[in-house]
Amino acid sequence: MEHAARLIATDLACRRGDRLLFRGLTFELREGEALQVTGPNGTGKSSLLRIIAGLLRPASGRVENQGSVALLDERLPVDENVTLDRALAFWSRIDRGGYGPAQRTALGLDKLGDVPVRFLSTGQRKRVAFLQSNPWITPIWLLDEPLNGLDADAAKFVQEEVAASMAHGTIAVIASHQPFEVPGLQRLDLRDFAA
Amino acid sequence: MRVLGALLLRDLGQAFGGGRRGGAVLPVLFFLAVAMLFPFAVGPDPVLLARAGGGVVWVAALLAAILPLDRLLAPDFEAGVFDQLHLRGVAEELAVTVRVLAHWLSFGPPLMLAAIPAAALLGLDTATLRTVELGLLAGTPGLAAIGVTIAAVTLGLRAGAALGGLLLLPLAVPVLVFGAGALATGGGAGIAFTAAISLLLVAIAPFAGGAAIRAARES
Repeated sequence: MEHAARLIATDLACRRGDRLLFRGLTFELREGEALQVTGPNGTGKSSLLRIIAGLLRPASGRVENQGSVALLDERLPVDENVTLDRALAFWSRIDRGGYGPAQRTALGLDKLGDVPVRFLSTGQRKRVAFLQSNPWITPIWLLDEPLNGLDADAAKFVQEEVAASMAHGTIAVIASHQPFEVPGLQRLDLRDFAA
Repeated sequence: MRVLGALLLRDLGQAFGGGRRGGAVLPVLFFLAVAMLFPFAVGPDPVLLARAGGGVVWVAALLAAILPLDRLLAPDFEAGVFDQLHLRGVAEELAVTVRVLAHWLSFGPPLMLAAIPAAALLGLDTATLRTVELGLLAGTPGLAAIGVTIAAVTLGLRAGAALGGLLLLPLAVPVLVFGAGALATGGGAGIAFTAAISLLLVAIAPFAGGAAIRAARES
């Protein structure tokens, strides 16, 4: 994280199919700031994160981000049929590090290395997804429902990791209607921008 | 190079490890089964078999290339693998290129090996076998490229798998015409044409596939 991270969204609108989900969405986040995006299902929380990540084109408006982006969403982008060690080995080769043993132990995944990914439980899969998104190597974290399926310990760990990284200048955007506790969290209700 | 190696290692592991795509054994067995059934269907006339045999090997190769079509890209796309690669600065084009290579390695060389027992089953002479092998070497990369391109284009479509096979067959006609056509003329020019078409298809596949993956995200 050599340069200061910044995330600026200007007058964003999102259309999915025929429906305009939100419009006129503007915010700016500087390093060490976090934003929780709330709103009922279907208001475009996930789409907003995908727009910020550059995976989806906004119907109008623009996103400027300085720094690379990590995205955690509801999917688990690792191979199902190989062991957890092998599945993560691929991503650590791509990322050149970041999957620290400390984080693995803290997520309770240290003893599951030789278990095929398809045998993991819902909560364990969510932990793997958090590990795979490997936010530690990027200055901007996008977390889509990061606490879904996690038990109290893991949820606490995720929130502590977000808070610790914010202290080092990370920007976090969390899409969730569950309470998410980090210091200085700003909130944005997508209903206010509904078209 | 590091990314390329990691991607190739993973794709090959999936193709050969009996992973989600059913492994590399299945197309080969399918190919041999077709070669074995053909004499039963047309009768054991050695002259007829020897004349039609080369073409049968080609059609069987084409069908074997279609088998893993619906598993080529769709599982990774749905699991968000391409999204995560994109975030890490790995272009879709690169991922598609590696996938074409891995797909070819998983069925091209195995089919060329299987063509030897298939030639025996169909009673092909060595000259014909040689033409078939050279043709397969020239043509299968093109088939792999079409397969991956079609798999990318049909991402996010509900009837993707069936549609994929249907789309692939006409696109494979040029490869088949010159590849199998080389059997009638006995070599050279037909194989060179097959190689040229293959090269073109391999060159287009990364760009078409990459664009198709990006377009599928929007749907």
